[in-house]
Amino acid sequence: MTDLLNMMGIVKEFPGVRALDGVDLDVRAGEVHCLLGQNGAGKSTLIRVLTGAHQPDAGMIRINDEPVQLNSPTAAIQRGIAAIYQELDLVPDLTVAENIFLGHEPTRYGFSRTHEANTKARSILQGLGHPEIPTNRSVGSLPAAGQQVVSMARALSRNARLIVMDEPSAVLDPEEVSNLFRVIRGLTESGVAVVYISHRLEEIREIGDRVTVLKDGATVATGLDARETPTKELIQLMTGRSIEYVFPPRNEMPDAAPVVLDVVDLSRPGEFAGIGFEVRAGEIVGLAGLVGSGRSEVLETVYGARRAATGFVRVDGAVLRPGRVQDAVKAGVGLAPEERKSQALLLDEAVFKNITVSTLGRFASSGFLNSRAEREAAGKLALELDVRPPGVDQPVRNLSGGNQQKVVLARWLLRDCRVLLLDEPTRGVDVGARSEIYALIRELASNGVAIVLVSSEVPEVLGLSDRVVVLREGRAVHTGPAQEIDEHQVLDLVMEGSAG
Amino acid sequence: MSEANRIEEGGTTPSKQDTVTQPARPRSRTDLLRSGFGRNLGLVVALVLLCIVGVATAGDTFATGANVLTILRLAAVIGVVSVGMTFVITGGGIDLSVGAMVALASVWATTLATQQLAADYHWIFMVSTALAVGAACGLVNGLLVAYGKIVPFVATLAMLASARGLAEIISDRKTQIITVNSFEDFFGGSLIGVPVLIWIFLLVAAAGWVLLNRTTFGRRTFAVGGNAEAARLAGIKVQRHTVALYVLAGLCCGIAAVMLMARTTTGSSTHGQLYELDAIAAVVIGGTLLSGGRGTIVGTVFGVLIFTTLNNVFTLNNLSISAQSVAKGAIIVVAVLLQQRLARRSTS
Repeated sequence: MTDLLNMMGIVKEFPGVRALDGVDLDVRAGEVHCLLGQNGAGKSTLIRVLTGAHQPDAGMIRINDEPVQLNSPTAAIQRGIAAIYQELDLVPDLTVAENIFLGHEPTRYGFSRTHEANTKARSILQGLGHPEIPTNRSVGSLPAAGQQVVSMARALSRNARLIVMDEPSAVLDPEEVSNLFRVIRGLTESGVAVVYISHRLEEIREIGDRVTVLKDGATVATGLDARETPTKELIQLMTGRSIEYVFPPRNEMPDAAPVVLDVVDLSRPGEFAGIGFEVRAGEIVGLAGLVGSGRSEVLETVYGARRAATGFVRVDGAVLRPGRVQDAVKAGVGLAPEERKSQALLLDEAVFKNITVSTLGRFASSGFLNSRAEREAAGKLALELDVRPPGVDQPVRNLSGGNQQKVVLARWLLRDCRVLLLDEPTRGVDVGARSEIYALIRELASNGVAIVLVSSEVPEVLGLSDRVVVLREGRAVHTGPAQEIDEHQVLDLVMEGSAG
Repeated sequence: MSEANRIEEGGTTPSKQDTVTQPARPRSRTDLLRSGFGRNLGLVVALVLLCIVGVATAGDTFATGANVLTILRLAAVIGVVSVGMTFVITGGGIDLSVGAMVALASVWATTLATQQLAADYHWIFMVSTALAVGAACGLVNGLLVAYGKIVPFVATLAMLASARGLAEIISDRKTQIITVNSFEDFFGGSLIGVPVLIWIFLLVAAAGWVLLNRTTFGRRTFAVGGNAEAARLAGIKVQRHTVALYVLAGLCCGIAAVMLMARTTTGSSTHGQLYELDAIAAVVIGGTLLSGGRGTIVGTVFGVLIFTTLNNVFTLNNLSISAQSVAKGAIIVVAVLLQQRLARRSTS
């Protein structure tokens, strides 16, 4: 069988990061090709290259042995490549048929032909085994699984020969997953190739034909048999980094350190249930888990940005009212959120204003700000954290990811936080600045701050935390000292639900 | 350099830090243009150009002290409304109901009952009625936006309709003439040769500038308008702050109503027609970002002065109101295009 798609030596660089460093991928017609790799291994970037959203800096892409340039998403679509993203790219207020034919609506003399669109949409949905989806309903009113089918129908309406599915099962319940698999089998029987990305090994075994493993932006194994390759071997291939992060040594935890943060039986329906853990002064507790396991949701609920359905959070013994951010802040809790730019920073404002925004009262007398004192305090912290380029009057927008993160941390440092919640503190931070952030987090802990760390990078959680809580589908499946568990066991837990 | 040294330097000698700051600013020309001074420079140039045109075309009447005072007196009322509008827009909202609030406040403050009270005791009753009515309308706007989650455009559009309607009901669509002499004496008078109305405008603008640039309230306004989610997660009471912004705008409308009452010696449901558009136009050409997060009182004041001077120059030259409107529209487009180019240059 010849290869439908052939990618060779793909390189893609972003400022400060080499996201892809020689990736090879061969996909045959009619197969389900699984792409495995940890977060940051380069899967998403590879897909963006394949769908024309990014241009590779080096390497070659061939489709049916013919070299191609995919220099725009339209070019990729014309070559028969379609992608179904985790965050579905549908327009919720348009109907099913309108979404399927978005961008290539059946028309005559410029007038859209609704009837024809509906008929065609119905026949595509029929082919996918979902004739029950009404073509004139708005997509927003469909359940997640239905939306996914619509997304797939859209790909087929463009005569896609290769469909990329990025964690399609993450939003589905088990029954919907088996539906999805039926659809995939139908597709492959008709000669369509599917590139399937998932962290769940049991799915890969059930639906996959061959596996390619990525690590640190390069292909480490390709053409593995999806059913026969042992789990141990796959995990071995995914782990062990070529870039070793430097983690500062752990602090000695005095046994008598008081419990600062106490989370008891926290639940939010559909997100997580029965989550409980304690963090003592000076302790770092890491939450590990896949995207969708509920880790960020837990953190935001502790902070009060989401209202807990059951359970409560205590800081220094005092219960926080659920859903009240100001209560948490007043009690000395700080959050460095996952989406730094949209959730934490005022991008066009000066560095010092971003640092002092949570402590304004301290620099004001009867409401009037002493901005000299603000600049001084912020400048001192910026120097201490080595924010580069220096200067507290420049807009935060000009700083790199790592330095922006330092600004967010400085904000809470200035407040003398008791509890610091860190959600993906090194996302978008280049390798050099990572070690600095690690050292900073550790130093905070040694000053007695209780820290909760969420990261999708298992080595980061293990390297920094004193204790880890492993989450899988909204439940804690393991709690224990970080030194007594290794990366393989954690990956086993998050992917299969048991320490193998 | 060791960590400890660095900290010490930063802490004890803040002046050194400034020397570090300087070389870290690469595009100094752009920075200058982005700074408050640079942005206002364009407005100053525009105003000066307008004045030159005025002097050239109607020099004998334009460049007189009396005419300058006329321009300022006309600018004062819409200026006060625009200061309130600047706060709302900087905080990420918009207020379409300012004109209607001015009308309602002017009518309510000039009813027979209120005027009787003022005549018997003090004109302060008329003033406080106007302020209270404005603030109350603003409170309703704020509650609808912050807690009712109605988009500001719609919430204040509803207020626009209902406040003017209420003003018509109260006044029975009749112009209410002010008979309280003490009120007219005070607000129609002058202080050191400058009309009281202009003093009020100056005071409101100065207070607005201090509030926006020198207080925690102002800083929180920028934060809420720039990134409401980040402000919330930083512990700012975003909803309460939003309410306060609309109350502030309403209060400014109350003040403007008093000024308008003094200028026209009437209260009327037709007062303040299209003030919302004039105020938004002045705020926008002043350099306040309509999407929130960036705002300038000085720019707003210049914006108001530019439009009022434009009207004056056109009127002195016997050009029609329609021609003024065309010129106004052109100025808005040119100003915003220039601002966008400036913004793009500084972010790219």
